[in-house]
Amino acid sequence: MALFNRQPIAPLEYTRKLWMRSWLGATLLFLYAPLILLMVFSFNDSKRNVVWKGFTFKYYEKAFANESLVEAMVNSLTIALLATVFSVILGALAGVMLWRFRFPMKSAVEGVMSLPIIVPEICLGVAMLIFFARMDWPTGLPWPLNLSAITIAHITFCFPFVAMVVRSRMASFNREQEEAAKDLGASEWQTFRDILLPHMRPGLIAGALLSFTLSLDDFVITFFTSGPDTITFPVKVYSMVRFSVTPEVNAASTILIILTIVLTAVALKLQGVKGIAETH
Amino acid sequence: MAEPIIQIRNITKRYPGSPVAAVDDVSLDIMAGEFFVLLGPSGCGKTTLLRMIAGFEIPTSGTILIDGQDMAAVPPNKRPVNMVFQSYAVFPHMSVEQNVGYGLKIAGVRGDEALARVREALELVKLDGLGSRKPDQLSGGQRQRVALARSLVMRPKVLLLDEPLSALDAKLRAQMQFELSDLQDQVGITFVTVTHDQDEALSMAGRIAVMNKGEVAQLASPSDLYEFPANRFVADFVGSVNLFEGKLTLDEPDRAAIDCPGLGKVYLNHGVTGPHGADVWVALRPEKIYLHVPGEGKAIRAAAQDAPDEHNLARGTIKGMSYLGDITLYDIKLDSGAMIRVSRPNLSRHDQEDFTWDDRVSMHWRADSPVVLLS
Amino acid sequence: MAGPLQDWRQHKRPFAAIVSAPIFWLVLFFLVPMGIVWLYSFGQNVGPAAIEITGTLDNYKRATEWLYLSIFLKSLAVAALVTFICLIVGFPVAMAITFATEKWRPWLLLAIMLPFWTNLLIRTYALMMLMGQNGYANKGLGAMWDGASWLRTLVGLQPLEAWTPVQLLYNNFAVVLGLVYVHLPFMVLPLYSALDRLDKSLIEASLDLGAGHFRTLMKIVVPLAGSGIAAGVMITLIPALGAYLTPDLMGGTDSQMIANVIERQFKRANDWPFGAALSFLLIYAMFALVALQSLRGSRAKVGAH
Repeated sequence: MALFNRQPIAPLEYTRKLWMRSWLGATLLFLYAPLILLMVFSFNDSKRNVVWKGFTFKYYEKAFANESLVEAMVNSLTIALLATVFSVILGALAGVMLWRFRFPMKSAVEGVMSLPIIVPEICLGVAMLIFFARMDWPTGLPWPLNLSAITIAHITFCFPFVAMVVRSRMASFNREQEEAAKDLGASEWQTFRDILLPHMRPGLIAGALLSFTLSLDDFVITFFTSGPDTITFPVKVYSMVRFSVTPEVNAASTILIILTIVLTAVALKLQGVKGIAETH
Repeated sequence: MAEPIIQIRNITKRYPGSPVAAVDDVSLDIMAGEFFVLLGPSGCGKTTLLRMIAGFEIPTSGTILIDGQDMAAVPPNKRPVNMVFQSYAVFPHMSVEQNVGYGLKIAGVRGDEALARVREALELVKLDGLGSRKPDQLSGGQRQRVALARSLVMRPKVLLLDEPLSALDAKLRAQMQFELSDLQDQVGITFVTVTHDQDEALSMAGRIAVMNKGEVAQLASPSDLYEFPANRFVADFVGSVNLFEGKLTLDEPDRAAIDCPGLGKVYLNHGVTGPHGADVWVALRPEKIYLHVPGEGKAIRAAAQDAPDEHNLARGTIKGMSYLGDITLYDIKLDSGAMIRVSRPNLSRHDQEDFTWDDRVSMHWRADSPVVLLS
Repeated sequence: MAGPLQDWRQHKRPFAAIVSAPIFWLVLFFLVPMGIVWLYSFGQNVGPAAIEITGTLDNYKRATEWLYLSIFLKSLAVAALVTFICLIVGFPVAMAITFATEKWRPWLLLAIMLPFWTNLLIRTYALMMLMGQNGYANKGLGAMWDGASWLRTLVGLQPLEAWTPVQLLYNNFAVVLGLVYVHLPFMVLPLYSALDRLDKSLIEASLDLGAGHFRTLMKIVVPLAGSGIAAGVMITLIPALGAYLTPDLMGGTDSQMIANVIERQFKRANDWPFGAALSFLLIYAMFALVALQSLRGSRAKVGAH
């Protein structure tokens, strides 16, 4: 996409018009410049985030030496992993239910299923806070059981996303394939395992990645469900940002950004760039 | 062709919420080893009937026997029939070999035998060497062959094909018509095909059941269907036809005459066994009408002497022409005001120049050409 | 060829096996907690940790006091402004992606989606770093100021006074900018999918019939992408209205939004019943927006026939 292309521009090649490109470029700059600066300055050998003083890994060492930060990171990853597993199972079941069956009050069930997606995070967070307080949910359990409240809250807002992804994936399923398998002698279970599940797989992978990032990303709901001994990474970063901006936060953030990029690369590898573009 | 392999007895299928039956009290026998075609317009119930044979639809009433065995309680995965689906339903995540071998794997056929049978099936459909390809690396025609091989490898008693050629382009379709017939000869399996394409049905079938509104309109061989249609629906659906309403004025064992206000006096050299004065329809195929310059026809008619004077003759003006290469179609406005279509082979390169728009023409046909239809 | 849906009565066992787990989860861990919040909104504090549900409407009455109502209205205004800016910025971006070459399109989409997947807190923090007193935004403005000052000397005018860094953070401007930054991808993706579905020959037909590009855009593209625009607006407006983190971190004392007020009731003021009432008012506002949109959608459908 050379900026100055000598080929004449066809009427519908809007993307090749200069102002369109500038607009796109400026938007991408706006989206990426802060993140790139943040990453660059995590290697800056200075307390202040402004002037480049030289390259250092100092703040990474500090971040890794900061026990509560590491603990928060481990907590976050554990919660994300658990929430992903449960969300994929629940979401796949719910997606198949909506795709496959006709049942009374289906539209009501669909509506309720989409509520965790549209209800503001703050309201869900409040609801979880009150719920676990009211239930006298045990606190002070040994790790990782102490993360159960946060994990449950995360599953609640993750699995409807998985259900949506799985359902829309299944909409492209050709039911004749299922009949063909049965016609060739396969039982219900064999048909599910050999035909339906392979078709569902990209949806499951997309749903899993979505759950994992949503869980890892969540601050508000976690903020309301976490106790003093169940700090997650975003909650920890929040308190660090609130009270003191240090390059340590830059270092920790950079690690998380790189994790996101790695996850994206995994998704790319698994589904190809087109597949990813289609899932959203 | 002695034993009926499939016996369909009084099958009716009603869908909940629909006032009319999709299939209405159909009974027919399909013989072992024949190439049977269910032909009809969309919504006539042909696919529903096929899916009931396969077991994907449950009949509302009636019985289906396959090889003498009642299929009522047999689920699709246990029936001795296999189906080639309209969309082919080739499993996209499996290679060609895995697709073809899937049914064998389910049936517990393994190892060398499975391998040999898959090979044999792929050879049969001329796909040898493509076994390791994935379906998205195949053309539409090749995918269909995979679907065929996948069914044939199971050695079913009956192979069901749902609109097998509808997704192929015209040239490939013509080729596959021949190949399917060949294949059926080779394997000797009973083929039951559903199609809405009359050319396809005529060229492949041993026998054709024409269906309309859930009922069988006529069951006959292709040539009988074309030359002796049983009713107006079949005459009109199979091939193209000119239909004229008329009254039976003469009906004897060896001759009959009909007076058609639109066409004129029609004479037949055989009886039609209908009540005198009854309302009937005369069906006349476009290719069975001879076209002449005015006056010339009368002379030919006089020489042929197969009908009384002023019978089997008509005059009109050419209002439309379509040159189709091998033939030319003429739409002619008869002096009665009715339209008639005539087709004429272009036997020499300059034939189509003989007649043109607004020419006056006369027509005649032989006394055995018209078909008289009572319904 | 999607087959007809199966009726649950004909497949009771598989249906029950599939349905029970998600429904159970949804009821126990979503509907029950929401229900408790709803009940609490009709309760009052009777002790330091005891809440009695008395059926009082006092919490709702208090929520309609001007102090809270004004915050509510302000949140709506901010969310609407943010949505509007996102739409203006996002539409050309979505157009550019739609008409990019086959090879570039998925990568551009990915470039929009990657920030969307990046942690919200980190993105907010990154923006704050850039906009701080000594951040690059201020430095850039300073450089422009100096340039302008130098230009003045060129034409013989007095140079400007020295640049004093401006306060970019901790005000309403910062909140709007921060929300736009965070929510822009939310807007672009639905816009893109609507434009992508659009039959390109319609644009060609419009151009062929003599309309200019701008006219085609306004008369053909925008109306036909209407559902996508509506989806993008909702998808941006709803989270922006309930935003907590951005106003909390980037706003000043006067840029509190409704979510911050709710949080205060739970974490500091310890007035849970009032917080519950505010939460439900926010949820009702959400429902009203969704209902408005579906009304618009159904009317558009009726109009199309």
